[in-house]
Amino acid sequence: MMKMKKSTKIILSVLILIAAVAALWFLDANKNQYSYAISILQRSAIYAIAAVAMNMLTGFTGLFSLGQAGFMAIGAYTVAILTIPVEMRANVYYINGIADFLANLSLPFWAALILGGVLAAMVGFFVGIPVLRLKSDYLAIATLGFSEIIRAIIAAPQLDRITNGSYGLKSIPAFGSIFEVFFIAGICILLMILVINSSYGRAFKAIKEDETAAQAMGINLFKHKSMSFIISCFFTGIAGGLLAVFMRSIDSKTFQIVLTYDVLLIVVLGGLGSITGSVIGAFLMTAGREWLRFFDNPLVIGGFQVPLFRTGFRMVIFSLILMAVVLYYRKGLFGDKEFTWDRMYNYFIRLRDRIRRKTPGREDKGNV
Amino acid sequence: MSDQVLSLEDITMQFGGVVAVNNLSLEVNKGEIVALIGPNGAGKTTAFNVITGVYAPTNGKVSFQDKPIISNFPQGKMKKLYSGENNGKYTELIRKTPDVITKLGVARTFQNIRLFKNLTVFDNVLIAKHMNIKSNVFSATLRLNHKEEQTMRKESMELLEILGLAHLKDEISSSLPYGQQRKLEIARALATKPSLLLLDEPAAGMNPHETHDLTAFIRMLKDDFHLTVLMIEHHMNLVMEISDRIYVLDFGKLIASGTPADIQSNQRVIDAYLGVADDE
Repeated sequence: MMKMKKSTKIILSVLILIAAVAALWFLDANKNQYSYAISILQRSAIYAIAAVAMNMLTGFTGLFSLGQAGFMAIGAYTVAILTIPVEMRANVYYINGIADFLANLSLPFWAALILGGVLAAMVGFFVGIPVLRLKSDYLAIATLGFSEIIRAIIAAPQLDRITNGSYGLKSIPAFGSIFEVFFIAGICILLMILVINSSYGRAFKAIKEDETAAQAMGINLFKHKSMSFIISCFFTGIAGGLLAVFMRSIDSKTFQIVLTYDVLLIVVLGGLGSITGSVIGAFLMTAGREWLRFFDNPLVIGGFQVPLFRTGFRMVIFSLILMAVVLYYRKGLFGDKEFTWDRMYNYFIRLRDRIRRKTPGREDKGNV
Repeated sequence: MSDQVLSLEDITMQFGGVVAVNNLSLEVNKGEIVALIGPNGAGKTTAFNVITGVYAPTNGKVSFQDKPIISNFPQGKMKKLYSGENNGKYTELIRKTPDVITKLGVARTFQNIRLFKNLTVFDNVLIAKHMNIKSNVFSATLRLNHKEEQTMRKESMELLEILGLAHLKDEISSSLPYGQQRKLEIARALATKPSLLLLDEPAAGMNPHETHDLTAFIRMLKDDFHLTVLMIEHHMNLVMEISDRIYVLDFGKLIASGTPADIQSNQRVIDAYLGVADDE
């Protein structure tokens, strides 16, 4: 395997970072023109947090949980309830009114976001006590159930004066600047990388590899599983909070099981056990869906209307692409490896060699 | 404190109607190498699983360094089903989990190697150092435990050097040859700083040459790490050469115990291994 110089790699990474910031700055400067692109990128960044959080649980600790949507809902509702401007509240809760203790309770966005994460983590702690004793598919089923329970509680008429029940919440203040969401996503993902590479992260990996052996190495299974679950819930809650601010209006239907599947799809597409895979997967998935909008519009060629091109068709194409990915990249785009410059460099070298070999007349005859 | 490191008293392990280990009592003293032998299915590995807390025995008591770590008596459904002896002798209920028993100083290897297959050799050993971590998850995340992490890494590296695996440290553990995997599993067990090491068929799958080296290797471990060793093994040459004492199990029951010389001349052991002629 060829290796690049360390300095080259650093320069490349810095260049990418500068390019990303410059691109964001450019988009910010031309907000009106590129509002669509900005919103796709923001949604991608939010999904990236949720995907990395899920990957930490599924790809690194081996716990297959399908509760993401429920924990996102907790974060989202916390942020929404606490940041809707006090003077707008009568308007939002116009049917049932707002609970007295909430009427004037308001927190700055940052505090509400962290509180949302903490609440999701707390619920995660209590849900984890019974649920983490289950293994594999059973854990997935149980967490899926809890996620739906959380959604049902939010929509319950008894909580109308807090969550506004099935009417949902609107008038959630938007992000201050477009950098905000990327900045938060960067910090969250960085923190999760640090957890995964710490001694605790190694214990998580050990549990995923072999529970019996991990336990024989003195690792307390329940403690470490719930630790991983709680941390994952915290960041899922943060992602939910960001989603609320991004969407500006939410209701309990926003957090249906489909949301969990979206995140799961990103994780599987990027590769279980690959953080860079999840991040890149989040951007590819979110953007990919939009690129395919082309298929949703009727297409007329020379007076002939091509069949199938109508609303919803893009999801068919999207599913086909996903199936192809799952069939040909069984372990996702990155498997359980991380993106590195070395890997990319080698990929291009191999690609070049392959093309050279195929091109007639340019074969290296001495080297066959 | 007496010299006794491990003692099993009247351990019976019954799965449904099957008695896998029947009224097994044994003790291992400090600094000894003790072997547990017997034909296939005699209950040797089950005994290991009881000692390390993987299975709760149906009846009996296990003590480590004179403190009881496991004690159980037939309960629930087993009250009716129990077909072993000494029912009612034990009334205490102590059940330490495998991780707690490892922390007390009992380390083990597995019959069918259980390495963390997709992780590197170094990580395999480093993970075993995690159990004594002092810093919490927050300071570990923010890398405030630099010193502790450094110590863990240094100790793991030293261990790999002693066992001659240092040059393989960045290899994925499943890519190692079989013999090295066995060695790595022992290295990983040693990283938990045990006082008692349980080896489950350390020579399984090794060629005669490797088996021969293993004798010296186990002796070296015992002396350098001040260990007491209890091992299950089928290679009789190895067992006879290295053991101070031997226990022989057959169909879950202890049929003989004593020095290698005693065991070699014991008629019951010979019968168990070779079978008894049927007189019709």
